[in-house]
Amino acid sequence: MSARRSWRKLVNAVMFFITGLCAAAAVFILLFILGYLVYFGGRSLNWSFLTELPKPVGESGGGMANAIVGTGKLLLLAALIGVPIGLLGGIYTAEFSGRIAAWLVRYTADLLSGVPSIVIGIFAYTLVVIPMRHFSILAGGIALGIMVIPATIRSTDQFLRSVPSTLREGALALGVSYWRAVATVVLPAALRGVITGSILALARVAGETAPLLFTAFSNRYWSPGWSQPTASLPVMIYTYAISPYDDWRRQAWAAALILLLLMLAINITVRYLLSSGKRMHS
Amino acid sequence: MSSKLMWVFISAVFAQVASAQILINGAGATFPYPIYSKWFDEYHRQHPNVQINYQSIGSGGGIRQLEAGTVDFGASDMPASDEQLTKFKRKILHFPTVLGAVVPVYNIPNLAGELNFTSKALAGIMLGTITKWNHPEITRANAGVKLPASEIIVVHRSDGSGTTFVWTDFLSKVSPEWKTRVGAGTSVNWPVGLGGKGNEGVAGIIKQTPGSIGYVELIYAIQNKIAYGRVQNPAGHFVKADLGTVSAAARDQRMSSDFRVSITNAPADGAYPISSFTWLLVPAEIRNPAKAKAIKEFLIWMLGPGQKMTESLSYAPLPREVAAQVAKQIARIR
Amino acid sequence: MTTSSITIGKLGTSKRLHIFINRCKNGDWLAHRITSLFAYTLLLLTALLVIELYRHSGPSIRSFGWSFFITRTWDPIAGQFGALPFIYGTLITSAIALLVAIPLGVGAAVFLAELAPREISDTLTFVIELLAAVPSVIYGLVGIFVLVPGMRDTVQPALKAVLGFLPLFRGPNYGVGLLSAGIVLAIMVLPFIISLSREALLAVPREQREGALAIGATRWEATWQVVMPGARLGIMGSILLALARALGETMAVTMVIGNNPKISASLLAPGYSIAAVIANEFTEATADLHLSALVELGLVLFLLTAIINGLGQLLIFATSGRGTKQE
Repeated sequence: MSARRSWRKLVNAVMFFITGLCAAAAVFILLFILGYLVYFGGRSLNWSFLTELPKPVGESGGGMANAIVGTGKLLLLAALIGVPIGLLGGIYTAEFSGRIAAWLVRYTADLLSGVPSIVIGIFAYTLVVIPMRHFSILAGGIALGIMVIPATIRSTDQFLRSVPSTLREGALALGVSYWRAVATVVLPAALRGVITGSILALARVAGETAPLLFTAFSNRYWSPGWSQPTASLPVMIYTYAISPYDDWRRQAWAAALILLLLMLAINITVRYLLSSGKRMHS
Repeated sequence: MSSKLMWVFISAVFAQVASAQILINGAGATFPYPIYSKWFDEYHRQHPNVQINYQSIGSGGGIRQLEAGTVDFGASDMPASDEQLTKFKRKILHFPTVLGAVVPVYNIPNLAGELNFTSKALAGIMLGTITKWNHPEITRANAGVKLPASEIIVVHRSDGSGTTFVWTDFLSKVSPEWKTRVGAGTSVNWPVGLGGKGNEGVAGIIKQTPGSIGYVELIYAIQNKIAYGRVQNPAGHFVKADLGTVSAAARDQRMSSDFRVSITNAPADGAYPISSFTWLLVPAEIRNPAKAKAIKEFLIWMLGPGQKMTESLSYAPLPREVAAQVAKQIARIR
Repeated sequence: MTTSSITIGKLGTSKRLHIFINRCKNGDWLAHRITSLFAYTLLLLTALLVIELYRHSGPSIRSFGWSFFITRTWDPIAGQFGALPFIYGTLITSAIALLVAIPLGVGAAVFLAELAPREISDTLTFVIELLAAVPSVIYGLVGIFVLVPGMRDTVQPALKAVLGFLPLFRGPNYGVGLLSAGIVLAIMVLPFIISLSREALLAVPREQREGALAIGATRWEATWQVVMPGARLGIMGSILLALARALGETMAVTMVIGNNPKISASLLAPGYSIAAVIANEFTEATADLHLSALVELGLVLFLLTAIINGLGQLLIFATSGRGTKQE
C-alpha cells in the first residue's frame, strides 16, 4: 500500500517537473528571442538609424527613418479602414441583428481571420494595385485594414455582449430608445475592451510582412502622399536579413528590436488594462 | 532635439508632393543593383527634385511589373524575348547600361588560393552529378589545392533572375546535357540546390553555409569578401572576372540594333566567358511628360558621369560604340 | 415595420420619400441600417476575396485541372506547374511543427492550468501569450542566424550520426530545410496551443476535479484521468487552429526552408511551401499561366485553412461554448 502510494507521489512529482519544464521552455524561448534582439539590435540602434534614409547598396550607414514612418502611415490607414467597419459591424451583431445574421457575420469574421496574410496580399493586389497600376501605401493599408476587421468585430461583439443586461434594461426602463441606450450606456461600459481589442488587432498587423510584399512594395526614399510605394519595418527587416551585407544585417536586428519592443509594449499595456478592467467589474 | 525629430516625423507623414517633385518607380534585376542604387542616389543628390525608387526584385519581376504598368521602367539582365515583347501593350526599348560578370562563388573554410572551374565541372555541379568537392573534374583543374571530401551544396536563385539567365545561357552553350535537361532562362527547373532571393539572397546563403557554391554578380562577391573562382573560356584558359576580362567579352561582338545580345562564352582572347550586358527597359512612349523628360535626362547622365562611376564597383563601362548607339536611342523616347 | 412594403409600393414617389425620411428620424431603424451596412461590408469583402481568387486562378484551373495537385514539376519555362511539391512541403513542415509543439504545448498548458500555483500560472501565461505577438519576420530573422547554424553545425550532424540509417535523415546537411522550417513553425504555434488548451482545461467543471481529489487522487492523476479527457475536444480544437496557422505562415518559413520545389524523403533536404512560393514568385510571374498557378495555390491554401480553422472553432465552441478568445 505504502509502496504504491510512494510511486504515485513520485509520478505526481515527476509530471509536475516535466510539465513545468515545458512551460519553462516556452518562457525561455521568448526571453531568448528578446535577449538576442536586444543584444544584436541594441548595438546598431542609434540616432542616425532612426532618422536617416537608406544608403546605396554596399555602403555602410544610413537608417530606416522612411520605414518607420511608412509603417506608421500604413497602420493609420489600416485603422481608418478596419476599426470603423469592425466597430459598427460588432455593434450590429451584438445589438441589432437577428440570430441568423449574427451567426453569418461571426462565421465570416472567423473565416476571414484565419485567411493567411499572403492570400490577403493577393486579394489587395488584384483589388487595388492592378486598377491603380501602382504599388501604393493605399493598397498596403487596405490589405492591413482587411486583416483588422475580423478581430475588431469579434472583440467588439464579445465585449458588448458581456455588458450585463441589467444595464441595458435599466436604460430602456428610463424610456430611452434602443439605439440611444446602446450608444450612451452599453458601449461606454464595454469601451475599454472594445478599444483594447482594436489596438491589439492593429498591433498584430503592424508586424505583417507578407501582405505588403506586393501592395506597398518598398521605397528607398520618403513616400509622400498615399499613392506611392513605401518602405515598412517588416519588409525592410526581411530584405536586409536575407542579404549578405553585414551592415544591412545589423540594421535588420535593430529594426527587429524596434518592432518587437513596439509589439510587446502595446500587448503588455493592453492586456494589463484588460485584466485590471476585469478585476474592477467582477 | 526631440521636438526637431517630432517635426521631421510630422512633416514626413503629412508631406504632400511638391509640384516640382518627380517620383519615378523602377524595379528589376539585382545584378546591377549596387551600381543602380549608387547612380540613383548620386543623381538625386545632383537633381533633388527627381527621385528614382528602384527595387531589386529580380529581372523577372522587373519585366512583369513593367508589363503590368506598376513601374515606370524595368531592369533585366536577360533581354526580353520576342514573345515577351508582344505581351507588352506598348513598345519597349532596351538600354544597355553596364557590363557585368557572373562569378561562381563558393565557401570552403580554410581554403588557400582560388579555384579553377572547367565548364564540365560547373555543369556537373549544377546538374547534381558532381556531389563532392574532391571530385576528379574539380581537382584536375586545381593541382596543388587540397579540396575536402565534403558535399557540395548548390545555391541558386529562387526568383526570376537575369543573373540566372546569364549563368544558364553559358551552361547551355558549354554543356549539351545541361541544354537538354534544364535549358536557359530566368527561372529554370533546377535539379538540385537551395533557393536564395536575389543576388543578395544567394550571397547571403553562401556566406552562411560552408561547402556551398553558387553564382552571383561580381560586385556581390567582392563587397562581401566571398571567394570566387576562375572559369575556363573557349580558348581553354582559366579567366578571372575583372574589368579587363569583362570588357574583352564585349569586344568585337556585333551589337544588334535593338541591343539584345548575349555575350556569354565569348571567343575573344582573355575574355571572361560569363559576362553580360544589363538593360533598362523603358517604354518608348511615356504618358507623363515630366517623367519622360526626367528619364531621358537620367539616361543621358548615365552615359556620361554615370559610366565613370562603374569601375569603382567593378562593372565595366559600355564600349564606346555601344554608348554612342545608346545615345541615339534615347531620342526615341517620347 | 408599421407599413407593409406592398402598401408602400403602391404609393407615389414623394409619399415614399416622406416615409423614408420619417424612418430616418427613427434612430433605431437608422442605427440598424447603418451598422448592418458595415457588417455586410465584411461579407462583401470575403465574398469578393473568394471570387477574385477563383477568377484569377481560372487559366491555371482550365489548363491543368485536377492533375495540378499530383504533378511534381514546377517549371516556369516549360509552362508546367504542379502543386505537389508545395503541398508536400507545407504538410510536412506543419506535421513536424505539431509533433514538436503538441507535447510541449499541452504539457505546459497542463502545468499552467492544473499543477502550478495561481500566481506563477498567471504570470507565466501572460508571458507565454506575448510570444504570440512576435511577428513572423522576427522568427525568421532569429531562425536564419540562430536556428539554422545550430541545426547545421550541431543538431543535424547528431541526427545523421544516430539516425542516419533512416531515409528521413539522409542527404547533405544544408542547415536550412524542412526540419528547420518545422521547428520554427513549432515555436510559432506553441503559444496558441498553450493558450487554447489551457482554456479548455480550465473549462472543465471544478466538481470533477474536486471529486477526483476527494477520493484520494494526486493532482496529476486527477488531471490525467479526469480533467484532460474532459478537455479533449478543446485541446484537439486548439491543435487544429494551430495547424491552420502553421499552414499559412509565410515569412519565417521562406527564410529557413531552402526554397527548392523538390520532394525528397529526407527532412534535412530543402523544400518549399505554398505560402513561400507565392511570396517569392508573385511579383515576377511573367507568364499569365505562372501567375494564375500561384493564385490557384493561394486558393488551395485559403480552402485548406478555412476548413481546418472551421473544424477547430467548432471543437473549441463545443467545449467552452464561447468561441475562441480573440486576444
